[in-house]
Amino acid sequence: MSYSLKENIIKEDRFAGGHRMCAGCGCPIAVRTVLRALEPEDHAVVCSATSCLEVSSFMYPYTSYQDSFIHNAFENAAATLSGVETAYRVMKKMGKIDASYKFIAFGGDGGTYDIGFQSLSGAMERGHDMVYVCYDNEAYMNTGIQRSSSTPQFADTTTTPVGKMIPGKPQQKKNLTKIMVAHGIPYVAQTTFFGNFKDITEKSQKAIYTPGPAFLNIMAPCPRGWRYPSEKLMEITKLAIETCVWPLYEVIEGKYVLNYRPKEKLPVQEYLKVQGRFSHMFHPGNEWMIEQVQQEVDLNWKELLKLCGT
Amino acid sequence: MSHLAKDMTASVTWKDITPGGVIFEGGTSKVVETGDWRTVKPVLDSSKCKQCLLCAPVCPDMSIPVDKEGKRGDFNYFFCKGCGICANVCPFGAITMVGDDQ
Repeated sequence: MSYSLKENIIKEDRFAGGHRMCAGCGCPIAVRTVLRALEPEDHAVVCSATSCLEVSSFMYPYTSYQDSFIHNAFENAAATLSGVETAYRVMKKMGKIDASYKFIAFGGDGGTYDIGFQSLSGAMERGHDMVYVCYDNEAYMNTGIQRSSSTPQFADTTTTPVGKMIPGKPQQKKNLTKIMVAHGIPYVAQTTFFGNFKDITEKSQKAIYTPGPAFLNIMAPCPRGWRYPSEKLMEITKLAIETCVWPLYEVIEGKYVLNYRPKEKLPVQEYLKVQGRFSHMFHPGNEWMIEQVQQEVDLNWKELLKLCGT
Repeated sequence: MSHLAKDMTASVTWKDITPGGVIFEGGTSKVVETGDWRTVKPVLDSSKCKQCLLCAPVCPDMSIPVDKEGKRGDFNYFFCKGCGICANVCPFGAITMVGDDQ
C-alpha cells in the first residue's frame, strides 16, 4: 500500500497534548509518529526509559499516552517491556487475553546508547516481539546537556565544555544502529523527520509489524541542547540527511537498504554551522575540526554505500 | 475512593492517591494547558492554505487538528507552545508567527 500523508494524519493521535516537553522538541514528534503507525484496532503497551520524555509525559496523575504505559528505571526499559511481552504471550496462550497488543519501548540516547544498553542488547538477543525506539538527541538533555556516547565529536556540552583543554567532546559518536544490526534481529532502521514523513512512518510500521525484535533509531533534534532556533527543526534534519551525517537506511533480515541518496552531497559545514554547539569549529584555526568531521562522515557514507550494494 | 485523574487534586493526601501511582485512564494530560508558555503564536491565513498538511505531522504538541476528510482546522491554542516549526515548513506562507498578545 502506498503512503499517503493525508491517510496517515487523519488517524487519531495516541499521544496527547498537555505533555511538558519544551517548545519545538523533536521527541514528541517521533513518539506521536511511531504510535500513529499502529493500526487503530491494535492495543499497545508503551514503556519509556527515564528521559525527557518520561518525566514530561507521565506526571501523576497525568499521562499523555492513550495506551497502557509502564516506566521502571533508566537502565531497563527493554528488560521491563520484554517482561510485559512475555506475560502477554503466556496469558494469550492461556486464553486470558483476546485483543492484539504491540510492545513499544522509547528511550533517549542516554537511556539507549549508554545506560540501557545491556538491557536493550539482552531483549533483542532473546527475540521478544517488541520495538525499541531510540529518540536520539545526542546528549543527556533532561539533566542539562551532559555528553553521552551518542554526542558527536567536537560538540559543546556541559561536561565537554569548549576551552583551552578540549575542543568539545573528544570522542566520536557511537554507531548504535550498526551495533543493533550486529544483533542479527529482523529489522533495524535509522530515520528522522523528512518531508511528508513517509520514511519514518513506513519504518515505524515495519518495525511494529515485523514479528520479533526491531530497533528504530530516530534523530530528534533538541533546540536547547543543540542551540538553534526552535522553528528550524525540519531544516536541521534535512541538512543531517543531505550532508550524510544521518543517512536514512534500514536493514531487513541482515540486508542493507539505502532509503535516500542526496542528489548532491552537501559539505558537513552546512549542518554544523546552524547549531550553536558547533560554533567554535568556525573560529580561525579550528578548520581541522571541520575537516576531521568531513573525513569521518565520508568514510561512514562510503562504507554504508558498500553495505547497501550501491 | 475515586481512581480518576480528575479527582486527584492537590487536596488529596498521600493516603488517598492510587496505590503505586497507577493511572487508570489514557490521555489524562489533555486537561493541562501548555499554551500559556507561548510568547509567539502561529496564525493561519486560510486563503493561502492549500491543505497540503505538511504542517500537521511536525507539530510536537498535537495542536493542528485534521478532520476525517483530511482538512486541517485552526490551531489548538490550549496546547500550542509557539515553537514555529509549522510556520517554517509551510510552502505557501500561510502561517505567520505573531506576538501572543496580538
